Amino acid sequence: MSTVQDAVVKPAGSQAQSKKTMTFGLVATLIVFAALVITPLFVKNFIIFQMTTVLIYALAILALNILTGGSGQFSLGQSAFYAVGAYTAAIMMEHMNINYALTLPAAGIICFIFGFLFGFPALRLSGVYLALATFALAVAMPQLLKLHVFEYWTGGVQGLVVNKPDAPFGLKMSQDMYLYYFTLFVSAVIYMLAVNLLRSRSGRALMAIRDNPIAASAMGIDLPLYKTLAFGVTAGFTGIAGALGAIVVQFVAPDSFTIQLAIALFLGMVVGGVGWLPGSLVGAAFIVFVPNVAEGVSKGLSGAVFGVFLIAVIFLVPHGARQVAYYLEHIIKKLAKA
Amino acid sequence: MLSTKLKLNVAAVSAVVALAVTSGSALAQKKYDTGATDTEIKIGNIMPYSGPASAYGVIGKMEEAYFKMINEQGGINGRKINFISYDDGYSPPKAVEQARKLVESDEVLLVFGPLGTPSNSAIEKYMNAKKVPQLFVATGATKFGDYKDFPWTMGWQPPYQSESRVYAAHLLKATPNAKIGILYQNDDFGKDMLKGLKDGLGAKAASMIIAEESYEVSEPTIDSHVVNIKAKGADVYFSFTTPKFAAQSLKKVAELGWKPVYYQSNVGASVGSVLKPAGFENSQNIYSAAYAKDGADPQWDTDEGMKKFYAFLAKYAPDANKADGSVVYGYGQAQTMVAVLKAAGDNLTRENIMKQAASLKDFTPDTLLPGVKINTSATDFYPIQQLQIMQFKGEKYELQGPIIDGQLTN
Repeated sequence: MSTVQDAVVKPAGSQAQSKKTMTFGLVATLIVFAALVITPLFVKNFIIFQMTTVLIYALAILALNILTGGSGQFSLGQSAFYAVGAYTAAIMMEHMNINYALTLPAAGIICFIFGFLFGFPALRLSGVYLALATFALAVAMPQLLKLHVFEYWTGGVQGLVVNKPDAPFGLKMSQDMYLYYFTLFVSAVIYMLAVNLLRSRSGRALMAIRDNPIAASAMGIDLPLYKTLAFGVTAGFTGIAGALGAIVVQFVAPDSFTIQLAIALFLGMVVGGVGWLPGSLVGAAFIVFVPNVAEGVSKGLSGAVFGVFLIAVIFLVPHGARQVAYYLEHIIKKLAKA
Repeated sequence: MLSTKLKLNVAAVSAVVALAVTSGSALAQKKYDTGATDTEIKIGNIMPYSGPASAYGVIGKMEEAYFKMINEQGGINGRKINFISYDDGYSPPKAVEQARKLVESDEVLLVFGPLGTPSNSAIEKYMNAKKVPQLFVATGATKFGDYKDFPWTMGWQPPYQSESRVYAAHLLKATPNAKIGILYQNDDFGKDMLKGLKDGLGAKAASMIIAEESYEVSEPTIDSHVVNIKAKGADVYFSFTTPKFAAQSLKKVAELGWKPVYYQSNVGASVGSVLKPAGFENSQNIYSAAYAKDGADPQWDTDEGMKKFYAFLAKYAPDANKADGSVVYGYGQAQTMVAVLKAAGDNLTRENIMKQAASLKDFTPDTLLPGVKINTSATDFYPIQQLQIMQFKGEKYELQGPIIDGQLTN
C-alpha cells in the first residue's frame, strides 16, 4: 500500500478502526435525526433548500466513505457517478414522464452497474493510481454529456430543466419542505443500509482488505469481487444522491458536474473524518456553507479564504469531525463520572 | 358677461386645483415590492468570481463601481442602490442556491446581469415562478428573450442569432454569389450562430452554403475541419468559434495558404486573446461585428460618451484594464439598469420594473457604437440587436459601413 493511503485510512491514530467506531451511538444518532426533523419547521424556505443540499451532499460523501473508509480505495471520480444519477432522473422525468420517486432506484441501479464495470479495471490499480483513473473519469464526464449522439436525451450543453414535485396526498406543505423530508427519508434509509453493510460479513471483509489485503486473501476473501462490489455500492448510492440533486435543483447540465464537485466531495469526506459515517453530514455542511462564509469575508479572494479555513481545519483537527466528536464524548463521560 | 368670465375663472381654477390634487396624489402614491423602500433599492447579481469563467468576474466589479458612483451622485430618485453580488463559480446548482439566497434571504427587488448560459438556464424557471425580474442576463444565447414563456427574463447584449444575421446582410451585399463554408462549435452558441446566418440568407442559404462542419469543445484541434471546408471549394469562410479555436482556425487557414473572405464571430474576435496569439499577419482583413466601443481604441478619446467612461474608470476603478471588453460591458449594462430604475420612478414594483425594461426607446449607453440603440417592447425582449461590421487592418479593427439591424422576428 502506498503511504498516502496508509495516512488516510488510519486516521484515528492509536484507535483501531472497528465496525463500532465507523458509526455513532444510538442515542447520538437519534438526537441528530430529531434535530434534522424538527429544524425545518422553524426556518425559511431558503434555509430548508440549503439543508436539503447538505443532506444530498452528505449522501454522496457517505457513499465515498464506504469506499475509502471501508475498503480503502480512492475515488476522485464521484462527480461522474453523481452526474449519471442526476441525468438518469432528469431523463426519466422529462422524457418518459416517470414519477420522481421511481427515478431514485433506477439511478441507483444504473450507477451500481456503471460503478461495478468501472471497478474491473480499477482492480489492477491501487492507491494514487486508482485515484488518477477515477480522476480521468470525472474530467471526461462533462464532455461525454455534451456529445452529439446523446444530445436528444441529455439536451447537450443546454441541459435539462426538471419539474419540481408537489407534496403528495394533498399535504399542505411547501415544495421545499416536502423535498427536504423526502430527501431526509431517503438519506436515513441509505444511512441504515450503509451501517448494516459495514457491520455485516461483507463489511468486515471490506475492512480486512483495507487493513491488510494479503491477510484478507489468505483468509479466503475474494479480493476482486469485494473491491468491485464496494465500487458498485458507492457508485449506486452516489447516483441516488445525484438523482435527488437533479430533483431539488430542477436542472441538470454538464457544467454542474465538473471535477470541482468530485474534489468538493472528497474534501467533505476528509473534513468529516475518513471512515466515520456520521461525519459525512459535517463534511457536507462544510462544503456548502464555508464557501459562502469565505465569500462574505472577501469576494475577490474567496478561494484563498476558503483555503485558509481548510488548512486550519486540517491543522487543528486532522481527523476531522470525528476527532471533535470523540473529544466531546470524552468530556461528557468525564462529567458523568464527576 | 362679467359673470361668465367669473365662471370661466372659477372653472379654470378648479381645473388647476383638480390637476394639482391628482398629480399630487400620483406623486404621493409610492408603490413598493420587496427590496425597495424610500431610501434603498436592493439589486441582486450572480457572477463567476471563481472557477473556469472567472475572467468575466470583472463585469460584476464594474457594475458595483458604477452603482457606487450613482449612489455618490445622490442615487436614483433619492434611493441608494444596494448591490448584492454573489459568486456561483459558473456552476448551475450553485447559481440556483445563490438566486434563492438573493430572492428569499436578502429579499432583493430584482436580479440583474447574472452571467453565463448554464447558470441563467438553471435559474430561469425559478425566477419566473417567483415573478422576480431576471434582467439583462449576461449571455448572448437567443433563448433568453422568450417573452411569452418567460416574461420575467430579458437579455441585453445582441443575441447570437442577431449577430450572424448581420453577417448575412453584409455578405449578401458584398459577395452575393459566395460559396460558403461554416465551422461552428457544437453547442447553443454555435448553433444559434448557424441558425441566424441561415435565416439571414433566407432562400439562398441552401444553395450558398456548401460546407458545414461542427466541432466539440473537447477536440484538441480543429485542423481537419478547416481542411475539409477548404477542400469543398468554399470561398467565404465563417468561423463561429470561441477564443482558443478561433486562434487555431486563423493559423490553419493561413498555413493552408487559403485566402477566403473570413468572418469571425465576435466571441472569438478579441485582439488581445485571439488575433495576437494567432499572429497579426494571419489575421489581416478578417471581418467581425461589434456593438460596443473598444475601450483601448484612441479614436474614441474625444467621444463624449467615452470621456464619461474614462472619467468613471479614473475615479471608481483605477485598476481596471480599459482594453478588457468586460469593463466596457459592465459599464453599459449597469447604465441600462439605472435608466430602467429611473424610469420606474416611485412605482418600484417588480411588474413595473419589467414594464419599464420593456419600454426602452432609443436608449444609448455611453459605451455603445454611435448609432446602436437599445429598443425594447412588450414583444421584443432583445435590447441590443444592431451591430457594425469591422475589418482587421494592421493591428486593430476598422469599423465599416452602416450600423446593421439584426432584428429577430418573434
